[in-house]
Amino acid sequence: MDILKKSVLELRELLDKGEISSREIVQAYIDRIEKTEPKLNSFVTLTFEEALKDADRADEMIRNKTHTTLTGIPIALKDNISTYHVKTTCSSKMLENYRPPFDATVVELIKQAGMPILGKTNMDEFAMGSSTETSYFGPTKNPWNLEYVPGGSSGGSAASVAAKQAPLALGTDTGGSIRQPAAFTGIVGIKPTYGLVSRYGVVPFASSLDQVGPFARTVAESAALLSLIAQYDKYDSTSLNNPRPDYLRSLEKDVKGLRVGVPKEFFIDGLDAEVEQAVRKAVKALEDQGAEIVDIELPHSDKALATYYIVATAECSSNLARFDGVRFGHRSENTKDSVTMFKHTRAEGFGPEVKRRIMLGTYALSAGYYDAYYLKALKVRRLIKEDFDKAFTKVDVIITPTTPSTAFKFGEKVQDPIAMYLSDVFTTTANLAGIPALSMPAGLSSNNLPIGVQIIAPSLAEEVMLSTAYSIEKALGSIGLPELEV
Amino acid sequence: MSSITKETVCYVADLARLYLTDEEIEQMTESLNKILEFEEQLNSVNTDNVEPMAHAVPLNNVMREDVVEESMPIREAMLNAPDEVEGFFRVPRIIEKD
Repeated sequence: MDILKKSVLELRELLDKGEISSREIVQAYIDRIEKTEPKLNSFVTLTFEEALKDADRADEMIRNKTHTTLTGIPIALKDNISTYHVKTTCSSKMLENYRPPFDATVVELIKQAGMPILGKTNMDEFAMGSSTETSYFGPTKNPWNLEYVPGGSSGGSAASVAAKQAPLALGTDTGGSIRQPAAFTGIVGIKPTYGLVSRYGVVPFASSLDQVGPFARTVAESAALLSLIAQYDKYDSTSLNNPRPDYLRSLEKDVKGLRVGVPKEFFIDGLDAEVEQAVRKAVKALEDQGAEIVDIELPHSDKALATYYIVATAECSSNLARFDGVRFGHRSENTKDSVTMFKHTRAEGFGPEVKRRIMLGTYALSAGYYDAYYLKALKVRRLIKEDFDKAFTKVDVIITPTTPSTAFKFGEKVQDPIAMYLSDVFTTTANLAGIPALSMPAGLSSNNLPIGVQIIAPSLAEEVMLSTAYSIEKALGSIGLPELEV
Repeated sequence: MSSITKETVCYVADLARLYLTDEEIEQMTESLNKILEFEEQLNSVNTDNVEPMAHAVPLNNVMREDVVEESMPIREAMLNAPDEVEGFFRVPRIIEKD
């Protein structure tokens, strides 16, 4: 039996029947990581020993029948999610040796469920980037083609799932950091409704935009993981306290009569022809199953990226003020006085992209520029949200490309911040509006790279988002996983 | 919206408590100007009578009973301290001696 090829739900059945143990599953993934990791660099920290112990505990839970859907299934976690006494670096020199004294709430949920944690995955430094090229620990490679980026910032999590180093992973999405790498690596990635998943213990980038979400190979598997992590949390004051459905049960819902919006603003000049074709095919698949396709307008969405870069950097400049060398993280040797220590600690600990964003955000919030940049961006943000509110009176879901093109090569955009930012042009709107969005594979390009299609739903309408995705997946079939030679 | 000068970059770096080398100041000035040029497009949006929106969901204060609960042990809180003295974080002298 090839354990690595089994879906999470197939593994569940095998575990329940006693035909396989969690230890065997975890060992299979450890072997795979050991073989492939020298080529991919998906992980910053590996936690095999602990994972095997967790597996034994999971097997015990299964024997005692105290298990749940994901008990015994291993997972990889993005390295900005706090894990008790296990390094959480945010792929930054600043936190190179940081060991959190507590677990993030999502990690607690994963541990309670008996999911062995394989390791912490590589990312753009402090989640700022779209390619993992800003990681202090070097970039992660795209398992479809090692010359291409896996996307970012959650590139390590995405690559690990695509390369069968893990069946599931968690990432974070502030402006597309789950969906863009999911698109680039041919897997499913979900940015949930803001407030659905706890942010407690997740190192913040832009607090009004950040959400934790799942990566999986298929829609059903991503729904299973979403169900586990979507819990109210008293430690997160923005956590929504409303009932959560079992997302796995929502998949089979018929799309007949579903109103699917296609916004013309997302089919722009810069859109790759093959990407457009793949999205049109996904739309057609829904139409063939009885969905009603509606042309809609989101007139301010072309301003989303400019809005996002003000809001996100303003919030990041404030959030990253905590890195001062006093309580944790890097401290400079230059400690002539406190302010000198702060300045040099931050100069030495942060990479160029993080510095650039702190500078832009500080500038946008500073006296004299606050109205022109920050306040202006917040007003446009409202217009962007109102566009969605209006659109969702006419349609149930919206379908768009996830990114304007497939994965790009290393070094291609790293010198030009605007070109790099443009790969998030279709994803930032959902963060600004606080609504859920999912990316799923919709085909392969002529140079054998995955193409992602995005499904956007109204606030807390994850169920219809997932059933739409499930219908597309059934109709289009799988693009498979990359043939990674090792 | 205007272009950003080297002097402004230095001023903002000071606000952000970020030491920049001369070379970094040059590069930062250039790249921030490019980004601010990109940001110019926000000016074309009519936002008269639009309320700013800092958060997509309504935020409310979350209240709880004021009861004593177990808190993080000092050992754990000091686990990552760059310079610890007897349960305190040591920092460079802040108040000058006479």
